[in-house]
Amino acid sequence: MAASMKKHPMPEQDPAVRAHNFEEVALGYDEETAVAEAGRCLNCKVPQCRKGCPVQVNIPAFISKVKERDFDGAISIIKESNSLPAVCGRVCPQESQCEKHCVLGKKGEPVGIGRLERFAADWQMAKDEEITPMHFAPDAQKVAVIGAGPAGLTCAGALARKGYRVTIFEALHVAGGVLSYGIPEFRLPKDKVVRKEIANLEKMGVKIELDSVAGRLYTVDELMQEEGFDAVFVGTGAGLPRFMGIPGENLNGVYSANEFLTRCNLMKAYQFPKYATPIHVGKHVAVVGGGNVAMDAARTALRLGAEHVYIVYRRSMEEIPARAEEVHHAKEEGIDFRLLNNPVEVIGDEKGWVKALRCVRMALGEPDASGRRRPVPMEGSKFQLEVDTVIIAIGTGPNPIVASTTPGMDTNKRGNIIADEETGATTKEGVFAGGDIVTGAATVILAMGAGKKAAAAMDEYLKRKKEA
Amino acid sequence: MFRVLRKKELSPGVFDYDVEAPRVAKKALPGQFIVLRVNEEGERIPLTIADFAPEAGFVKIIFQVVGASTAALAAVAEGESILDFVGPLGQPSRIGSDMGTVVFIGGGIGVAPVYPIARAVHEAGNKVISILGAKTKDILILEEEMRSVSDEVIVTTDDGSYGVKGFVTTALQQLVERGEKIHQVTAIGPGIMMKSVADATRPLGIKTIVSLNPIMVDGTGMCGGCRVQVGDETKFACVDGPEFDGHLVDFAGLMSRGRMYREQEAEAKDHVCNIGLGR
Ligand SMILES: Cc1cc2nc3c(=O)[nH]c(=O)nc-3n(C[C@H](O)[C@H](O)[C@H](O)COP(=O)(O)OP(=O)(O)OC[C@H]3O[C@@H](n4cnc5c(N)ncnc54)[C@H](O)[C@@H]3O)c2cc1C
Ligand SMILES: Cc1cc2nc3c(=O)[nH]c(=O)nc-3n(C[C@H](O)[C@H](O)[C@H](O)COP(=O)(O)OP(=O)(O)OC[C@H]3O[C@@H](n4cnc5c(N)ncnc54)[C@H](O)[C@@H]3O)c2cc1C
Ligand code: SF4
Ligand code: SF4
Ligand code: FES
Repeated sequence: MAASMKKHPMPEQDPAVRAHNFEEVALGYDEETAVAEAGRCLNCKVPQCRKGCPVQVNIPAFISKVKERDFDGAISIIKESNSLPAVCGRVCPQESQCEKHCVLGKKGEPVGIGRLERFAADWQMAKDEEITPMHFAPDAQKVAVIGAGPAGLTCAGALARKGYRVTIFEALHVAGGVLSYGIPEFRLPKDKVVRKEIANLEKMGVKIELDSVAGRLYTVDELMQEEGFDAVFVGTGAGLPRFMGIPGENLNGVYSANEFLTRCNLMKAYQFPKYATPIHVGKHVAVVGGGNVAMDAARTALRLGAEHVYIVYRRSMEEIPARAEEVHHAKEEGIDFRLLNNPVEVIGDEKGWVKALRCVRMALGEPDASGRRRPVPMEGSKFQLEVDTVIIAIGTGPNPIVASTTPGMDTNKRGNIIADEETGATTKEGVFAGGDIVTGAATVILAMGAGKKAAAAMDEYLKRKKEA
Repeated sequence: MFRVLRKKELSPGVFDYDVEAPRVAKKALPGQFIVLRVNEEGERIPLTIADFAPEAGFVKIIFQVVGASTAALAAVAEGESILDFVGPLGQPSRIGSDMGTVVFIGGGIGVAPVYPIARAVHEAGNKVISILGAKTKDILILEEEMRSVSDEVIVTTDDGSYGVKGFVTTALQQLVERGEKIHQVTAIGPGIMMKSVADATRPLGIKTIVSLNPIMVDGTGMCGGCRVQVGDETKFACVDGPEFDGHLVDFAGLMSRGRMYREQEAEAKDHVCNIGLGR
């Protein structure tokens, strides 16, 4: 019998309800649905899906285990290549990675690989697995990891498992990087998923020093020369928000998405005044940009009580870079997409607050360097959106604190650290780097992949160093 | 956790804490600041490093109770701890031995951040003249300390209860009139004071450094909340500053952004007072 052409639908909170709460939107498959969805997989001899996964999860093998209801078996196969499956199952852009290549996708919908991965991971988390602490040899070498985002956490975990003593230095008061301060609760639950993964690392024996800004508290050289670390991994992410450079951008009511999301996710401004950090959400909000960050900011604004939220994006729906599921969810929740529109000025009132966003309509011209058709402004097409909050989500650049205090570690002209793609080795001996600080803003799974590759190379390096 | 080793009330509502933070104390330099969070529900607020003791392992902060977070901080007793204490942040002050005559101007609580910078400039062998401004005599802080690191100290009070009656700019004007050759002015205090100082020194061509205090969240360059217009550029005060050329700063924008949460701040302060944390 031919397999069904469609994925088993994901149970979700009703859009009208979820637009006003921070609970997770997608509820996850139950056992029966997971087994049935796993049943759609053809267990291909040459699984195309694996090619699409940046860390090559053995997809057919784990799905077969789900089919057999051997969920323990499924999760251990996934964990061979992916240490944060509960995260990736939720946030990977599957439609452009694993699921894009699934053969079933040719005629119907691909297997719900991400949903199955999430199911297996959640199933295991619900059981509260026992973590055995590592025993470190008395002469075990020490590794410092800078930044507790997906790249740093993955690198730290892999090295600890090999018996190195790992200390992570994290600038913020919470570990997790973007998983904690950026991606909202309704997409990635913090206590249920993120904190738990981090706690497991700590149980294993990884030390996490919060409130520690590397480059200020310790430079990379000091870590190696004075604090006794034999190697350093830099995973500081792409954290420096970009602005558009248009008039009015410093008015009150204009936020970077980072600030808006940090106030909400990290500082819990949605529980103000119990939590002391304030946030301003107007009635009418314009979010500029079309990536995951823009979707998250828009949907967060809605949940904080905004009446009308626009996404202002200069290209068309074809080019929108956000995960398909997020765009779909945002539309369902009533976000108003203004495509082929580009802001040119933020207009303020006499008190210095935003009162409107002036935009210009765009048309798509010739393809640019990225292969996407370049938007060009249309003559005489200016118009205004009456809004009282503007959130800029047009991307982030590398934070310079570590690079500028580490002589010998070279950066490219954009300020990203130069690192070997396969090993993460930088131009400075003993220093490795990976994740968004190297690639520019990318994805969780790519950052994890970089952390993992670097850990393998660091292991080699440390062995050589010990012998020398 | 970061223990408050010593707590003093310098003047009503102004506190001086020595906070146990050995790692920060070792790396701190004049002109830098820390970001702290009192407790789990707390906001991240920036405070200048008012002094530091690398050997004894503590950092001094001096703060004024203005809203919810500073009220919650003031409620921490000696021996109790603060949850988070991150630093040192920001660029240190530029200090050299050939600075000539430097006039330090501290307005109100601004005297606290001025002190370690003035001390370092003085120790480097430069002439230091300090102008300390306060609304009235009772709230003047750190006068003794400033005298110990200055060649001359002028106090101004708005009401004339002590020293020169008038604003810090009155005293600055007097220095200029008496023919004092001033090579640099460093002014730290309320936005309006720094603006007045910059306006006064601009026509005289005296290099003027100000230390800005916009609203901050992370203090590491991640949120952009602390952005200020300096000349043609947008700068992030937490990583590019907090010190900038006073003649280039858009003070009107800075002060306007500082008022962004005024209504919510009032609400938060009520909340802190109602649950008994405040004073
Ligand atoms: C709002 C938002 C939504 C996103 N949604 C998705 C999604 O759905 N799917 C997806 O795949 N990707 C998504 N991304 C992208 C993804 O989160 C990033 O690509 C990924 O987190 C990069 O990981 P990283 O470890 O390189 O850096 P980060 O996650 O940025 O972590 C870096 C860490 O380093 C710390 N740090 C920085 N400087 C220092 C220093 N000097 N000392 C100590 N610590 C320091 C930071 O505080 C941070 O904790 C999203 C990003 C954002 C902002
Ligand atoms: C680099 C820097 C150094 C500073 N050093 C000192 C110091 O040594 N002593 C001192 O008393 N104060 C200092 N401040 C100001 C201090 O951070 C604010 O007074 C404090 O955050 C107010 O918090 P609150 O909740 O008590 O008051 P609120 O009622 O929240 O605010 C009162 C005013 O403080 C400012 N403010 C509020 N939140 C913040 C924030 N997160 N960051 C910055 N400003 C904010 C706003 O302008 C606001 O109008 C400094 C600020 C900066 C940026
Ligand atoms: S890690 Fe991401 S890309 Fe790989 S299989 Fe899982 S969901 Fe797909
Ligand atoms: S390509 Fe699709 S059907 Fe084939 S193994 Fe992968 S998930 Fe299963
Ligand atoms: S405080 Fe966030 S960037 Fe400066």
